[in-house]
Amino acid sequence: MDLDEAKEFKERCTQCAAVSWGLTDEGKYYCTSCHNVTERSKEVVNTGAIPNTKIQAINRGLKRKRKLEKGWDWYVCEGFQHILYQQAEALKTLGVGPELKNEVLHNFWKRYLQKSKQAYCKNPVYTSKRKAPVLEDNPSHSDWDSEPELLSDFSCPSFVESGAESQPDVHTQKPFPIIKASQSETASICSGSVDGVEYSLRKEKGIVKMTVPRTLAFCCLALLWQRETITLSDLLRFVEEDHIPYINAFQHFPEEMKLYGRDKGIFAIESWPNYEDIYKKMIEIATFLDLPRFPDITEDCYLHPNMLCLKYLMEVNLPDEMHNLTCQVVKMTGIGEVDFLTFDPIAKMAKTAKYDVQAVAVIVVVLKLLFLLDDNLEWSLSNIAEKYNEKNKEDKPWFDFRKWYQVMKKSLDEKKQKWEETRAKYLWKSEKPLYHSSIDKSVVCKRREMVVNLQKQFSTLVDSTPTIGKKSPSSFQFNWTEEDPDRTCFHGHSLQGVLTKKGQSLTTKNSLYWLSTQKFCRSYCKHVTTYEESNFSLSYQFIINLFSFLLRIKTSFLHEEVSLIEKRLFKTKYSKTKKKSSRSRKCDPWISNDVTRTLVRNTKSQALLPTCHFRTRCGAQKAVIQKALQEFRYSLKCE
Amino acid sequence: MSDFSEELIKSTTEDDQGERCELSGTGMHFPWLQKHIETVATGGKKEKDFAQTTSACLSFIQEALLKHQWQQAAEYMHSYLQVLEDSDSCKRQAAPEIIWKLGSEILYYHPKSNVEAFNAFADRMKNIGVMNYLKISLQHALYLLHHGMLEDANRNLSQAETWRYGEKSSSQEVLINLIQAYKGLLQYYAWSKKKMELSQLDKDDYAYNTASQNMLDHSWKTSVNLGALIQIPGVWDPFVKSYVEMLEFYGDQDGAREVLTNYAYDEKFPSNPNAHIYLYNFLKREKAPREKLISVLKILYQIVPSHKLMLEFHRLLRKSEKEEHHKLGLEVLFAVLDFAGCTKNITAWKYLAKYLRQTLMGSHLAWVQEEWSSRKNWWPGFHFSYFWAKSDWKEDKALACEKALVAGVLSGKGCRYFRYISKQDHQVFRKKIKRMKKLVKKYSIINPGL
Repeated sequence: MDLDEAKEFKERCTQCAAVSWGLTDEGKYYCTSCHNVTERSKEVVNTGAIPNTKIQAINRGLKRKRKLEKGWDWYVCEGFQHILYQQAEALKTLGVGPELKNEVLHNFWKRYLQKSKQAYCKNPVYTSKRKAPVLEDNPSHSDWDSEPELLSDFSCPSFVESGAESQPDVHTQKPFPIIKASQSETASICSGSVDGVEYSLRKEKGIVKMTVPRTLAFCCLALLWQRETITLSDLLRFVEEDHIPYINAFQHFPEEMKLYGRDKGIFAIESWPNYEDIYKKMIEIATFLDLPRFPDITEDCYLHPNMLCLKYLMEVNLPDEMHNLTCQVVKMTGIGEVDFLTFDPIAKMAKTAKYDVQAVAVIVVVLKLLFLLDDNLEWSLSNIAEKYNEKNKEDKPWFDFRKWYQVMKKSLDEKKQKWEETRAKYLWKSEKPLYHSSIDKSVVCKRREMVVNLQKQFSTLVDSTPTIGKKSPSSFQFNWTEEDPDRTCFHGHSLQGVLTKKGQSLTTKNSLYWLSTQKFCRSYCKHVTTYEESNFSLSYQFIINLFSFLLRIKTSFLHEEVSLIEKRLFKTKYSKTKKKSSRSRKCDPWISNDVTRTLVRNTKSQALLPTCHFRTRCGAQKAVIQKALQEFRYSLKCE
Repeated sequence: MSDFSEELIKSTTEDDQGERCELSGTGMHFPWLQKHIETVATGGKKEKDFAQTTSACLSFIQEALLKHQWQQAAEYMHSYLQVLEDSDSCKRQAAPEIIWKLGSEILYYHPKSNVEAFNAFADRMKNIGVMNYLKISLQHALYLLHHGMLEDANRNLSQAETWRYGEKSSSQEVLINLIQAYKGLLQYYAWSKKKMELSQLDKDDYAYNTASQNMLDHSWKTSVNLGALIQIPGVWDPFVKSYVEMLEFYGDQDGAREVLTNYAYDEKFPSNPNAHIYLYNFLKREKAPREKLISVLKILYQIVPSHKLMLEFHRLLRKSEKEEHHKLGLEVLFAVLDFAGCTKNITAWKYLAKYLRQTLMGSHLAWVQEEWSSRKNWWPGFHFSYFWAKSDWKEDKALACEKALVAGVLSGKGCRYFRYISKQDHQVFRKKIKRMKKLVKKYSIINPGL
């Protein structure tokens, strides 16, 4: 019963007057609603010449078989190329410069094809593996021509030159020798692409195989190269909000690129990308491609922590004045240095900063410096601020942590709820159903049809006003205004309530600090610390939750980053050097011996130390240390 | 309309290749292995986001239904339908039933829904997979019945009745029987309507014959439909009742008796008090011997000692000649009054008062003491408290007098209930109370020697 083929027949059924025809095995039309079989059969309608139904049946059978294979001969990597092309286009509409698509991403991709021996090299993987006849002038060899836009800037491989890699002549080399696919159609293992089966079986050491998540790693690398104003977390959020093609990206392949069989396993995706995963893949790909050092991330770049801190301070509605403190922390920890920030895949330990996570971690550290976040001090400071604000209504208001918490908690809960609802409503399945083999093609198509019909029925029950369509993409998720009491804006509030003047400089009123992780795990388990929520204060939990929701990352991931920042900030505490103060004061006034000397251990929480591995203990306890705030000098430049 | 025959065909090319982690020949089965393989394949991730969001969607639907937010439920349902395309074949196969249950609930209550929408939905759902066809057909018919569309329901049931798909599983067979029985019930309804019309017609009327012929046809069809189901163990009260009514109407007393006896006594059937009640009523109509009636009610007494038929049972026992029946008669009365629902049943108290006297007169003190010994701890508080005496006297003086007599006989003159009632002064009841006092003095089982 092939409903597609029966669409041409448009007459009304003599029994029930419906126009819904299917084809019987004999090629006759039957009504799908009343099962009335007509005398007319398909071929007669089309040609009107063949009277013998038996011949028609045979005819039809042959036609149908060929139908599965119809379409272009295409390779899996072309599919990925198409996805990358779509993603680059989407990024362009998001406002990214056209060079990203035409130069950077394109070159990365060419380099990938070369490195993975799929093209631009002497012995492409396909010829070396199989001795199939190479048809140089196959008419269906339209793979490269079909992507004229991506390949339009062939003449400017400026990036590849710097890569110190011998570049074979692209134009003389045919990228893909065509192998005639000889898979029998009835076999369960088949694919729409030429090399789908082979590709899914390919397991070569040292080759990074292309996957759909890796397309995002490519995009992110290109964005980083261009120093664009989109971070990895932004990119993944845009994917989730459907601004960048990812799930069902294959839907937009040209009609002639047929997908089925093994292609399903390669191109169908049923999960959203995950930060850690894509981050790892980025480094992996950059190393595989042997990319040179990326352009420097300097202070005027969006990805510089100072810039990102400013952005995230605005996003979470914290006072602008806090930016001075974040800058100070960035400076002290050295995470603002060009060498630290710039990605260099050739370096010994290839790693790049997680720019967005790091910036957010800096803000968390600053909040801890100011408010301690021990479920106690932040509230008493709020009381002071509240009293002051009541008395001095004309002045610039002091930042009130409690009020901020109330506003944020409400907005966050609403946002989260909405986020969960939209996720639950997400439609994963493509309009083009993917099937494994010709056997289940009809079943899959019918199932699809059924779902569409049922969806139609339920959509009539939904309120006529359609739910707000696609949200327009924005790098900000929250919106703060002075007018609405639920969305009070705290940007202009001052930090005077939590700072005191000391001579020429300002210090924080709070003189204590606790470390998120006291001992780092040095085991083979790869993680440096663990995050057991219940061991931490409620306000710390809230802040970690807030930021990890913004970046759509796991809380433990952010906690780890906070701990790493603290490790840089309180170097002496961790290195346990108990040298005299005079020496260390000289080299770094901030980390004074006072920090270590006046360390106050919270014995109670130490008893709760979780044991991570037999050798080390990952700290989740609160070691309250007294900061030597006399030493903590920073100048408020704006003052 | 097309069937998804996947449950039966089970193409091996589906992604459930790994699902059967069974070593051929050994018959070993490792259910955890599949999960393990999945987590490895997905890079340590346990669940795909698709699975996560659809299960979240399901709980949103349930929440919406709970709060009667049909609109929201429909909205989520729109997204939930994609589980029908889940690549996990287990979930995909379980989906139609869930979708049917939730969807039919939404369509039943949604303000924008109507019978047509429900019909369309039911027809679609029937044909997703074969396992649910009958269940959905039956529920669809019940929905139509609920909306008073008897004919449509009947047509629906007929369609389902003739439906066959390969080898029927045993559960499906029961369903077919149930569908036939419901069809029979509908026919019974038509029949009894005809019976009503017939009773209004004159016997000599020429229309009478055709009408009665019509009825006969109906009854024949119905008995076929109902008969099959009743053979299967289960609780089929409405079906049995209507079947028996029809059999009786056409004078097939033996057939009716057989059905009812089978329904009540077959051990494969679950214990069902109604079965015995139907049988008893039938036998009573038949004027069966007392002995037989007693044996039926004896079983009912064991299942439901507080049933209202127990007083009738007591009367039968009282009239019996056997001594053991007389003893049982006393037991039955005590057992009835053990239940809080019967405390104000004046007949029961009257019977007990009368029967106590009779028993004691017949010098069967031991019987009374036997019954009383297990109740003397709690009956005084339960029935014969001061509070009850007051309220009973206020509400129903006759009842109070009967109760007081029983109280006096069982727990002596010192009983608070008896004392309260005997002190009352009332014109109408003066004589009765006096007699009561005398009787108590004579028969009280407390200190009988005095």
